[in-house]
Amino acid sequence: MADIKSLEEKFQSIVDAETKIEPKDWMPEAYRKTLIRQISQHAHSEIVGMLPEGNWINRAPTLRRKVGLLAKVQDEAGHGLYLYSACETLGIERDELFDQLHSGKAKYSSIFNYPTTSWADIGAIGWLVDGAAIMNQVMLCRTSYGPYARAMVRICKEESFHQRQGYEILLTLSKGSEEQRAMLQDAVNRWWWPSLMMFGPTGKESTHSAQSMKWKIKRKTNDELRQQFVDISIGQAEILGVTLPDPDLKYNEETGHYDFGEIDWEEFWNVVKGNGPCNKERLAARVKASEEGQWVRDAAMAYAEKQAKRKSEASKVA
Amino acid sequence: MKNWPLWEVFVRSKQGLHHKHVGSLHATDEKMAIENARDVYTRRSEGVSLWVVESKHIHASSPSESAELYDPANDKIYRHPTFYDLPDELEHI
Amino acid sequence: MNNNLLNYVLQISDNAMILGHRLSEWCGHGPILEQDIALTNIALDLIGQARSLYQYAATVDGQGKTEDDLAYLRIETKYKNVLLVEQPNGHFGSTIVRQFLFDAYHYAFYKALVNSADETLSAIAEKSLKEVTYHLRFSSEWMIRLGDGTEESHQKMQDALNSLWAFTGELFEMSDADTSALEAGYGVDLSSVKSFWDEKISEILKMATLEKPEEAWMQSGGKQGRHTEHLGYILTEMQYMQRTYPGQEW
Repeated sequence: MADIKSLEEKFQSIVDAETKIEPKDWMPEAYRKTLIRQISQHAHSEIVGMLPEGNWINRAPTLRRKVGLLAKVQDEAGHGLYLYSACETLGIERDELFDQLHSGKAKYSSIFNYPTTSWADIGAIGWLVDGAAIMNQVMLCRTSYGPYARAMVRICKEESFHQRQGYEILLTLSKGSEEQRAMLQDAVNRWWWPSLMMFGPTGKESTHSAQSMKWKIKRKTNDELRQQFVDISIGQAEILGVTLPDPDLKYNEETGHYDFGEIDWEEFWNVVKGNGPCNKERLAARVKASEEGQWVRDAAMAYAEKQAKRKSEASKVA
Repeated sequence: MKNWPLWEVFVRSKQGLHHKHVGSLHATDEKMAIENARDVYTRRSEGVSLWVVESKHIHASSPSESAELYDPANDKIYRHPTFYDLPDELEHI
Repeated sequence: MNNNLLNYVLQISDNAMILGHRLSEWCGHGPILEQDIALTNIALDLIGQARSLYQYAATVDGQGKTEDDLAYLRIETKYKNVLLVEQPNGHFGSTIVRQFLFDAYHYAFYKALVNSADETLSAIAEKSLKEVTYHLRFSSEWMIRLGDGTEESHQKMQDALNSLWAFTGELFEMSDADTSALEAGYGVDLSSVKSFWDEKISEILKMATLEKPEEAWMQSGGKQGRHTEHLGYILTEMQYMQRTYPGQEW
């Protein structure tokens, strides 16, 4: 199959020249598969991510906070939708992707398997979880697959209010009562490490990294992005007057970066495998929404088909 | 039961500009497709007009034909104004 | 302070608040992504309307209260929303029926309120009318789709309609606040709203192949602060933070 080899070389040279790959272009099967896996995983994360924050929509403490949070969680539905759309250009239907999510075959970001137990968690998610996600998303605006890159540009534009929304919640708590400041510190204690884990496994353990970098699907390694995130978080934590829960966190004159402690990879892999505090609930909520919505989707389709038939019969009579 | 069909969405961001492709969505008919497009793609005042086209009705040129379709235009530089040499002091032309 | 005006404004805002709250319970759980987003848009419109109205109510009240005091620190008996909007979401079809029955009322109500002698109410009505016009279009179309969809969906819609019907009479009952508002020239005559509503309901139910339920006993009391058991749970959840941590900034 010399043909495939020359096609692959040509493909790589297009990618190397920073020209985007578009849906109908030839692409290696493994590139397509990697994209489907990554984009759908990303889309699933947006949809499952609605649940922990959605918990607090009805308990938001003021009307201003309520509309901000509601609009934010709604954006996540939108972002999931844009990403599923991008994925569908690769020749797979959204329903099939949902089946993969519901059967547990597809993964989503493990961070959403942690519980949101206080209002401060909503702020911490906006600051840390969205902050970590943005690092990744900004990089993905330049990803080699056109529809994915365009979806990411749109997402990044919309996402910019999310982190501000979260940080503002925390800033208000930081200026509040002792109870509020304790609530803030507690949330940061719980969300800091899972946020660092969001960037994925380190170095060699990251199975997909090297090939994805070569194809310019990814442009930075998990570790580079994680370091970047740690570095910018320090100053932001200071303004909030919170302590990041890592005694090893300190500035390294030599590298110009902050050193940080060892991530608990055992916890990470366990949450990935389904042993996080909320894995079962999150998945069950998605399955329930899908199953309970089946009759609605069927009825709307049946009605559209009836209408189309009525229209064509009417035009025959005419 | 069948999945909802896929639709491509085009948004005119303001009067005077072209409709531009922004993405896709699912809907059972054109009415619902317009409403879904409104709810999904114009939440931040992105548009004043929408087009939706069921994706299966879009016919696209094939990337394998791009050499014959598009390359021949590359050397027709006389179609561009910069091809013609005129003195700098000449105005209003 | 004009007590009648205050009560009148609260009646309108509580409806929007409670229905917006109910709809926001759908966020993340809708039957398909596109409709999840659509329902949240309606929820955001309604909560936005409630905010404008609470801000105005706070001004009328003149005691330095805020929109949040009105939303978060009033007990059940002070809430003046109609019973219809506090009914649980049920399945998607039942949410649509509740929405449609209310939208048809809401649309005609705001349309009339645009002519209010009270400039603030008139301005809020004008802005809200655009939003509610879309809500009515959305819920009408879904009534038709699900009513005339499959056998299963038809039955579900008819059942939901039958069980929510008893809450529609209250929409057109003139409370003391309604009567004095009408007399003072800033209120709406609910009998004219009813004639639009009757027509709209008949038109859409016919297209949806649904039967209009027989006229029967109607529940009421919401406008006077006598609610179903559901409102207490809504407020418990909604007011949790403000009640647990009184007097703090969020």
